[in-house]
This record gives sequence, C-alpha cells and structure tokens, in this order.
Amino acid sequence: MKKEMICIVCPVGCHLSIDTDSLEVSGNKCPRGEKYARIEITNPTRVVTSTVKVNSVLQRRVSIKTTDAIPKEKIFELMAMLDSIDLKVPVKIGDVVLENVFDTGENVVVTMTLDE
Amino acid sequence: MNYDLIIIGGGAAGVAALKSAYDPNLKILLVERENRLGGILKQCIHNGFGVHHYKEELTGPEYAVRGIDAIKTLDVDILTDTTVIDVEKTNGTFTVRMSNTTDGDHLRTSKAVILSSGCYERTRGAIQLPGDRPSGIMPAGSAQRYLNMEGYLVGKKIFILGSGDIGLIMARRMTLEGAKVLGVAEIMPYSNGLTRNIVQCLHDFDIPLYLSHTISDIRGKSRLEGITISEVDETFQTIEGTEKHFDVDTLLLSVGLIPDINMFESLSFETSRKTNGAIVDQTYQTSVEGLFACGNALHVHDLVDFVTEESEKAGKSAKAFIMENHKKNKKLIDIEASDNIGYVLPQKLDMDQPFDEVELSFRATMKGDKGVFVIHQGDQEILTKKARFVMPAEMEKISLKKDLIDTTEPITIRFEVTQ
Repeated sequence: MKKEMICIVCPVGCHLSIDTDSLEVSGNKCPRGEKYARIEITNPTRVVTSTVKVNSVLQRRVSIKTTDAIPKEKIFELMAMLDSIDLKVPVKIGDVVLENVFDTGENVVVTMTLDE
Repeated sequence: MNYDLIIIGGGAAGVAALKSAYDPNLKILLVERENRLGGILKQCIHNGFGVHHYKEELTGPEYAVRGIDAIKTLDVDILTDTTVIDVEKTNGTFTVRMSNTTDGDHLRTSKAVILSSGCYERTRGAIQLPGDRPSGIMPAGSAQRYLNMEGYLVGKKIFILGSGDIGLIMARRMTLEGAKVLGVAEIMPYSNGLTRNIVQCLHDFDIPLYLSHTISDIRGKSRLEGITISEVDETFQTIEGTEKHFDVDTLLLSVGLIPDINMFESLSFETSRKTNGAIVDQTYQTSVEGLFACGNALHVHDLVDFVTEESEKAGKSAKAFIMENHKKNKKLIDIEASDNIGYVLPQKLDMDQPFDEVELSFRATMKGDKGVFVIHQGDQEILTKKARFVMPAEMEKISLKKDLIDTTEPITIRFEVTQ
C-alpha cells in the first residue's frame, strides 16, 4: 500500500510517497526525506504536551511534557493516564509526574513552576 | 512616584526589554495586568519555542521562565494585577495612569515608556461572518486559555476557521482532550501555519484541511448547532453549489492578531495601517520622543525568539535615550515596502542615532520557492539577497549596513520570485 506524507525535516516540505511493504520512498529531494518517511511508517514518535490537575491558587491546571518523543500510538493511552494525576503545590519545572512511560526511558515532567 | 522608565506589559517582550534596559542608576517600573509575568507563553504549553534564542526546544512556560529568571534579582519595581488605563506626555514627562486593588486609580511618571503590551485576537465581528449569533464561537487563543490554564474544554464537536498556528495547535489540543475536530477551513489557497504543525496537528489525527474555503452560514439558537463552509474563487467570493455542512457545537477562530495599543490613544503616536502597530525608527522609538514599542504590540511575530531579540534592542535604546539624552532627529529616512512585500520594520531610519547596521524585518505577500529581495535607495540598488521558501506566514530579516546608505531618499524593499 502507498502512503502519502509531507516531509517536515526542512522547510522545503517534499510530498513523499512510501510503499508500506517495501518501504520504498519517492518524491524526496534529498536522503533525509527517505529516512524521515521510513521512521514515520515504522515507528513514528511525538513529544506530548498537555496539562494535569493542580491545587494552585494561580491556575487550575499545570503544563507537562514527555522528556522526549514517545511512540505516536501511545499518545491517547498517555492522555488517559494523566487524567488521574492530582498535583499539590509547590510544583516546579522538571518535577517528575510519571516515570519511564511505556518503558521508553522517557518521563512526564512539569513545565511550569507554581509556588502557591 | 517618578521613574526613569515604565514598561507596560510583562510578557516575553516586556521581560526582555527590562533585562537590557536595566542599569543600577535607573529607576524602572514594569506593569503587568495578570497575576504574574510571562504573558501568552503561560498558555502555550506546546513545544518548539527557543530554538533560535536558547538553541534548544522549550515549551512556552519554560521559555517564559528563562526570561523571568534573568530579571528576578534586579532592583526594579514590578507591579502585577495592575492595568494601565492611559498614558500622556506633557513637557517631556510621561504620566501613566494605572489601577489595581491595592492603590486604586493612581499616577506614575517617567522619562521614557516602552509599550510591550502584546496583541489581541480578531473576533467574529472583525471578519463579518454571516448567520446566527449563538454561543460557542470564540477565538482559538481564548479556548486555549480556558483549556490549558482554567481546565475547561469549551466544546465537544469543533470546527476551526483559519489555519494559523494557533488554530492548528488547538485542533490537536482539543482532540487530545477528547473533543472531535471535524475540520479546518482556510480562505487562502495555502495554509498560514508551519508545515510541521499541519503534519503533527492535522495529519496525525486525520483532521481535514479545506483550503480556499470559508464559512458561509452559522446556525444555532442559544448554542451553536452547525456551520456551512463554501469554496471561494480568486476574489474570495463563495461559489454556489460547493457547500458542506458540519454539525458542531463550537467554532474556533484563528483569523489574525492585532497589536493591543488602543488604550494609548491620548498619546497620538503615528501608527501603520499595515501592522496596526506604531511606526518606529531603528531604535524602536515611535514618533513620540521617549516612547518605544516592541514585541507583538509593535507587529505580530511568528516566533517568540524574535520578540526577545527585538525587545532587548528596544530596552537598550530606551536606556541610551535616558542616560545619554539622545534627541530624536526630525529628519528621518523612510523605509518602505514595495512589490510583493506586505510591511517592513523599522519604517524610519534616524541617521543621527549611533548604529552600524539596521536589521529589517518584513513579510512577503506571496509564496516563492526561489527569489531575491532587492533593496533600493532612490533609483540606486544598494543590496540584494537571495531567498528560498519565502511565505507570508514567516517573517524575513536582512541586515543593512549604515555605510550603504548614502542619501536621504526613501529606502524600498521588494521581492522578485524567480521560481
């Protein structure tokens, strides 16, 4: 099966086409596009940013992120895990909320400091 | 109380301006209307900030803290939860009228003022959308604040008008939080957002992007019930027979931002019709001596990194203005946008101010994969620069050396597409 995608490695934005069985890439103007398309097809990953509940007087949610990209297919599972988290102030940038999510070695950390 | 400098707005721009304007001999006040510094970055929880300025990828709140940490030990006054109501200038002194719950309505004076008050979102009224007027229609940035800071998801079935980055970011964000985003419509034949956001915010979640489409009808009594989009022709008129209907409870608008300087009307500085912000010289000084402007209050930026850079320059200029007592020159050289350029900043050049080169920031009005920017003075071509992948959504920059400027004739910049 052929899958169409736009390369986001550089601003050119090549329209790529990849065969999902043979992993043959076309439409790329440079080798980076080929590599991008293969990773996108075999193991696409994304950094996830969201918020979790916090008892701060300043705002009701505090922002979080994964320390690096995690498999794309796990994004909604991670979102569900975040629902049950309830942080207490003070929270500070880098505080670990979830450790080693999906055995990726990546943590979910707070990206905002709230003292009160 | 008398200050040397009052900075209005404590977002990325105000914080950067404060850092570079600081001097132990100056009395500086920064006024912020929210409960703490950081501005819009507080609600921009996604990553991608700081790649230029800090050489690493940060989320909005993390970027904000970098700037705030750099000023928090400085001996300056910072007032939060305080709104500036008016600014006046008489006999060389600015009077800033402000209000908060501690001191009520009160006045502070200064020798110089920096406007770093950010921008606001265009609303439904600004783009004259047809149809009913139910609830459930709001700017995308407002929905972002509700969701990321207050914890409210403003709807379950969403449509987004405008493919600017805020719209795209919110398409993903609402989807992650359980809403269904049925589509994004863009009146232009190309997206106004970064390609990376098209891929990671729309393609990742199979959200369709309807280019050359706009809203042709809105239905709903108390709450929004549905919208209709139609294709548009080259003159942006809707084409009959191309209607598509969507049952949605929420319509988010990502249709542009406007510098928030309306409250400063009594100052009557010159403004630009193209940027909706002040007209400035290369020191970011407006037509009112001692009044500086930077950040989104001056012109809307696509990258906060550039806001920081620009505001550091504005802060430095304000400091030089106060300490070295520079007088603003009456005779300024005009810098004008010519063919295929939407606007250029600064719009004026003051040859009496000390500078070696001036950085021109500008936007093209058309896309071009390959082309050249040409700078003229009078009929003399003084600088050309090759350009690749030019698009209106991305701000371009060129440094122009002072010794290339020989006369007092206007300087113009144009964009020639070669491919």
